[in-house]
Amino acid sequence: MKPAPFVHHAPRTVEEAVGVLERVGHDGKVLAGGQSLIPILNMRLASPAHLVDINGVAGLDRVEVTDDAVRVGALVRHAGLESHEAAYAASPLLRRTVRHVAHPAIRNRGTTVGSIAHADAAGEMPAILALTDGLVEAVGPSGTREIPWHDFFLGALETSLAPDELAVAVRFPRLPAATGTAFAERARRHGDYAMAGVAAAVAVSDGVLTSARLSFVSVTDVPGVVDVTAAVHGQAPEEVDWAACDDLVRAHLTPESDIHATAEYRAMLATRLAHLTLARAASDSISSSAGGSAA
Amino acid sequence: MSEPVAEELLDVTVTVNDVPRHARVPARRLLSDFLRHDLGLTGTHVGCEHGVCGACTVLVDGAPMRACLMFAVSAQAHAVTTIEGLGTIEAMGPVQQAFTECHGLQCGFCTPGFVTTITAFLEDNPEPTQDEAREAISGNLCRCTGYQNIVKSVLRAAEIKAERS
Repeated sequence: MKPAPFVHHAPRTVEEAVGVLERVGHDGKVLAGGQSLIPILNMRLASPAHLVDINGVAGLDRVEVTDDAVRVGALVRHAGLESHEAAYAASPLLRRTVRHVAHPAIRNRGTTVGSIAHADAAGEMPAILALTDGLVEAVGPSGTREIPWHDFFLGALETSLAPDELAVAVRFPRLPAATGTAFAERARRHGDYAMAGVAAAVAVSDGVLTSARLSFVSVTDVPGVVDVTAAVHGQAPEEVDWAACDDLVRAHLTPESDIHATAEYRAMLATRLAHLTLARAASDSISSSAGGSAA
Repeated sequence: MSEPVAEELLDVTVTVNDVPRHARVPARRLLSDFLRHDLGLTGTHVGCEHGVCGACTVLVDGAPMRACLMFAVSAQAHAVTTIEGLGTIEAMGPVQQAFTECHGLQCGFCTPGFVTTITAFLEDNPEPTQDEAREAISGNLCRCTGYQNIVKSVLRAAEIKAERS
């Protein structure tokens, strides 16, 4: 299976890249890591006439950690985010999750921004952008705009990026102090697309839960967040009945059946993983506010 | 659908196994096909061509990557190491030596991808546990299901590497 012919563009700046995208319109696709795009080209599910290869564009390969957020440039590979110590310190959920993205050989090439721009709800990082209330920085012919995650993900593999816009970075805001996080997924083979995955962010204050939110992988059409605080608010982590969240979780899920798992199994798995990650995130909250840090 | 695009040829120079190699190829030439068809290095195997099987794994600047999910033009000015660069029959690399000792090779189709993957893994983790070895090879498929012996080979390769250093 080979890609159809295309014209290869190798811009050196963001402005040049946007200029090409503006010229070629819907016939153009951006190539960064290519770990989602090239399989689609190989299988001829898509055959864009122009590929705008941004790998030579300067300045897009940096992770920046600020007081508010972790900013990841469009050429940062998953492996680069995974090994970034300051990003881990600012937002441990990023490393906890990114190491579930495919296999090392894929993470060495694939980019976090590309994975988000691909907008596959079976991808891990779109779920994390949602859970952290993150945003996408896009540059187009008329300048830069910031797109909040809920305005970015429109549908399955569909975003609000215009054909002449380049996603140059994403920002994962830091979660409030005393928020613990966890991520878990189950796949047939370690590193494959998950049958279901769940990320949790839980805040514990004075020994009781004050906030609990979840986002999901592979069981929804579009990345989204479920706030389950109402079901567990004011309870001590060791006494809380996580099953009280199940109705809220199930109402959010739109799982599908495939050769790996039935829709029913995926829904069951997602609810069980929700219990697991909520409990882990709660204990992470307690240990991080006690000055310790969970791996 | 867009109009068909006329094939455009690009000059691509890639350092492969420490030797600069050049070919004039279409932009759509996958790195795996560049290595096999244009350079005659048929050690890199092509399986699924969508990143699942790992047979085409090569090292790009020392890091394992799927040669079927990269274009040759993207490897321009980078250093690629293929199975041919990891040893010869007379002077096998540690991973190749371990595969022969532990019967890590059955039909051999998946072997080049395993050897490149394991070579890079042992650079990062010279003393892996059995579980770590198993996880390290999880991105490569062996349809002979020879995983037990491949896991043994990973652990043995770590020993050989330590003995040789």
